[in-house]
Amino acid sequence: MKHTINQVFHSGKFVVGFTILMTTLFVVFVYPLFIKEPPLQIIGQGTFFPPGLYVNTYDTINAPTTYTLNLSDAEARRIASRLSQDDRVAMQEWLVAFGIPEDEIDIENTEQLLTQWEANYDPNLRLPGMTFARQRYFQRVNASIDGLLSTEGAIIAARNAETGELEETGVVKLTDFANINDVANVRLLPLGTDNFGRDISTQLVAAAGVSLLIGLVAGLIATSIGLVLGLMAGYIGGIVDDSIMFVTNLFTVIPTFVLLILISFSISQDQRGAITIAIVIGFTSWVWTARAVRSQVFSLRNRDHVNLSKLSGHPVPRIIFADILPYIASYVVMAFILQVSSAILAEASLSILGLGPRTTETPTLGLMMNWAMIYQAHILGKWWAYMPVLLTIALITFSMNLMNTGLDQVFNPALRD
Amino acid sequence: MASKTNLCLSGTGVTKVFGFGRNRTLAVDHVDFAFHEGEIISIVGESGSGKTTLAKMLLGLISTTEGEIFFQGQKRDISSGKKKKEYWKNIQAIFQDPFSAYNTFHKIDAVLLDCIKLRGGDRLPKEEKVKLMTEACSFVNLKFAELTNKYPFELSGGQMQRLMIARIFLLKPKILIADEPTSMIDACSRATILDYLMKLRDETGMTLIFITHDIGLAYYVSDTVYIMEHGKFVESGTADAVILRPQEPYTRRLISDVPKIYEEWDLSTV
Amino acid sequence: MARVMLEVRDLTTKYITRYKEDVYAVDHVSLRIEEGKTLGIAGESGCGKSTLALSLMGYYFPPLHYTSGEIIIDGQNITGMKPDDVRKSILGREIAYIPQAAMNALNPTRKIIDFIGDVVRAHEPGWNKQMVYDHARSLFATLGLPAEVLQKYPVELSGGMKQRTVIAVAVTLSPKVLIADEPSSALDVTSQKMVIKMLRDMMNSGFIKAMIFITHELPLLYNVADEIMVMYAGQIVEHATAKQAVFDPLHPYSKGLMGSIIVPESGLRNVKLTAIPGVPPNLKNPPAGCRFAERCKYVKAECKVTSVPLYEVGYDRAYRCVLTETELRRVYQDGE
Repeated sequence: MKHTINQVFHSGKFVVGFTILMTTLFVVFVYPLFIKEPPLQIIGQGTFFPPGLYVNTYDTINAPTTYTLNLSDAEARRIASRLSQDDRVAMQEWLVAFGIPEDEIDIENTEQLLTQWEANYDPNLRLPGMTFARQRYFQRVNASIDGLLSTEGAIIAARNAETGELEETGVVKLTDFANINDVANVRLLPLGTDNFGRDISTQLVAAAGVSLLIGLVAGLIATSIGLVLGLMAGYIGGIVDDSIMFVTNLFTVIPTFVLLILISFSISQDQRGAITIAIVIGFTSWVWTARAVRSQVFSLRNRDHVNLSKLSGHPVPRIIFADILPYIASYVVMAFILQVSSAILAEASLSILGLGPRTTETPTLGLMMNWAMIYQAHILGKWWAYMPVLLTIALITFSMNLMNTGLDQVFNPALRD
Repeated sequence: MASKTNLCLSGTGVTKVFGFGRNRTLAVDHVDFAFHEGEIISIVGESGSGKTTLAKMLLGLISTTEGEIFFQGQKRDISSGKKKKEYWKNIQAIFQDPFSAYNTFHKIDAVLLDCIKLRGGDRLPKEEKVKLMTEACSFVNLKFAELTNKYPFELSGGQMQRLMIARIFLLKPKILIADEPTSMIDACSRATILDYLMKLRDETGMTLIFITHDIGLAYYVSDTVYIMEHGKFVESGTADAVILRPQEPYTRRLISDVPKIYEEWDLSTV
Repeated sequence: MARVMLEVRDLTTKYITRYKEDVYAVDHVSLRIEEGKTLGIAGESGCGKSTLALSLMGYYFPPLHYTSGEIIIDGQNITGMKPDDVRKSILGREIAYIPQAAMNALNPTRKIIDFIGDVVRAHEPGWNKQMVYDHARSLFATLGLPAEVLQKYPVELSGGMKQRTVIAVAVTLSPKVLIADEPSSALDVTSQKMVIKMLRDMMNSGFIKAMIFITHELPLLYNVADEIMVMYAGQIVEHATAKQAVFDPLHPYSKGLMGSIIVPESGLRNVKLTAIPGVPPNLKNPPAGCRFAERCKYVKAECKVTSVPLYEVGYDRAYRCVLTETELRRVYQDGE
């Protein structure tokens, strides 16, 4: 036994798969210790905030110490962030269409460009051939470059409680900086937010945990049913074997996924929790395990070591546990791993169809895909809503299949290279 | 002559049918036999003759379809687990392939301890058990101190088969069925195994039933030989009578097909 | 003197294990077979019999490696030939090999004619289907096998027929020397006899010129072989005519082997069998002196230190023991 485990951990494939899975589990358990809010809490007002570090503006202005840094490229960066190269080209296009000769415009010279723009641009003017959308675009550009070259700071004013008038309380100069450590509220959203404004990374970690749980429960159910039925059919044989095989064959010819859909569909929405779905998946996927265990037990039953055990006066349960189970244990473990990974995939497929668990507390990987799909994240190009989920599903199933291949090579010497 | 002693194991019309309908195969077809105490019997047949099926029925590992088996003159009753256990104190087996006859997950000690337990020695103090196991191992020229805590697969085929005999030594059954005990091991180890089996029989006076395809072996060891073909006994009698003066054409053919060293091996009769 | 079909001089081959250890499974073996003769090789499992059979073909693939020695087939020295040339012009044409359990290695999805086609096309790439079929038919007629077998799948044949078919595939190109490794040990006695008869007929008709027959079943070997070589731990320990080897063995190991023969013949019932205790030595580091010393009843102090050469006795007899012929005969007589 010890030797076998030792051998298993010498298989490169198994170790890689095992490490990936353990890392996933580690993250699932450790992440909630740091981020304590519930995974489905809505924190963002608005949809699909892109991934990034979010710094509270109010706290930045009110940081205890203000530092002055004279950086030579500060102005250029500021301009670049508000006036892109595309915008400059568009402005030139407008000016040319308005009637300014092209050689008089230098789009690299910001100051000149802005002067020409301010002198000529009229937001209400729609040039010939210009679409309405294009006109709105120029209005937006015009608004965003307002005060771009200002060297004055921004004035902070507070409303006087008595008179209700604004009173200047300070000026934020262009060279003012706050140390991010002084800012009280900074939030990293590594994967941004989803359509409801919920932190995707927190959601993803919780979803991975729930999906693994679904896989585990479904895998345990499927493997135990398959194991028990396979053992009974294989060891007892005769009429028991015939009837169990009849049921098994029946399940084999019915497409499992269709059955799964029908069962999920017939369970009312409020009862469809994650565990319910896991149980449904478990009860529909034991067929192959049962068949495989049966055929293995069938050949083991006639082996001499079983006969010897009988002749030594051992009762049937002992023979099954001591002389049959250890021989198929490796096989059952491999079947279990595959069942877990296929249950995770089955949950994802069901949820995408909208037949997955109904829940307001815990997400699953499938549900996250479902939400991303319903709110058209893929059309809007909000990749962070579905790519990380896809990768997580792929990583979990990949790690399990890798473990399975590794085990297969250890237990099946013919496959060793 | 062996037949003067008491009947040990006998049977009338023993039959085994596998499957039903179109798959029905008659593995053992109404055989009658009478084995006497202390006798060495060989049941000789080619592969598929039903000899292993018969052995399993004698052992009570599979049920008979028809016919009765008598143990020491009484109708054999193995209807419950307890009665089976009682029966197996009297009848034991050695199997053909030593490599598949042991549970690879159990240590050698467990195999031998099981035998002590079956003999009712479960309550014995540990030293007493070790003494018994050491004695059994030394009977077949193995050292228990070297075997303890080892697994069967760490031994060679010949050693495993000797351990099997050590097991029988501990159990001291009245009947031992040896199902091709030497066919998977080398010719020189074969002599060793046969030596120990004979020594064991001389010490315990047990009835020894060889199931074999090797006519040479059957002639060498047994008092009585049964020749089996297609589930039936075609000829039986003393070893000398059956092997040296065969009456049935099947027996004659079988014997003429075996290569010999003194007589000419006639290849023209194929 | 008859034509020598196969001569091997001081052949040594080794296995290189996964852990880069050398195992000399064939250690300075010399032998010669004349036309029309069958050489039998006897020994326990693990003595190097099968490795010798593989090594004799002069075609080595890992983990088996050639170390030294010469192989001459019908006057043609194949030592030093390129492996590809050996495969193309020697294997199957000059020397053929039937491995142990070959009949269980047939691809169940192909017909017998396809296996013959494979062998033929490996040497005659230009042959079409009809030519292969005609060749196979005449081959089967020569060997006394029914032609309808050609169109059958391996599972449709009985064990004996399958083994005879395997032999037919091996001798498709009528090789001069045939090496048969336990060709009949998985069969029942009747099928075994048919296989042996087929091999014997091939020899008698001159279809093959010489044969090497390997088995651990001594009564069978005695009936098939003209000469017997006994192998122990990669070395030849005795070489004699079949009759001498069985009835008058010189080496203690041969003596032990012959003492374990059981045959259904009058007078052989209940004679004492001799058993050789112990197991063959591990060839990763073989014992320094005589390799059999560990298990020998007549061992002397010098046996464990000095290695023993093969002593020639007369023209066709040799043995590897420090005792002289007379001394050996005397100790055997005293033992009885």
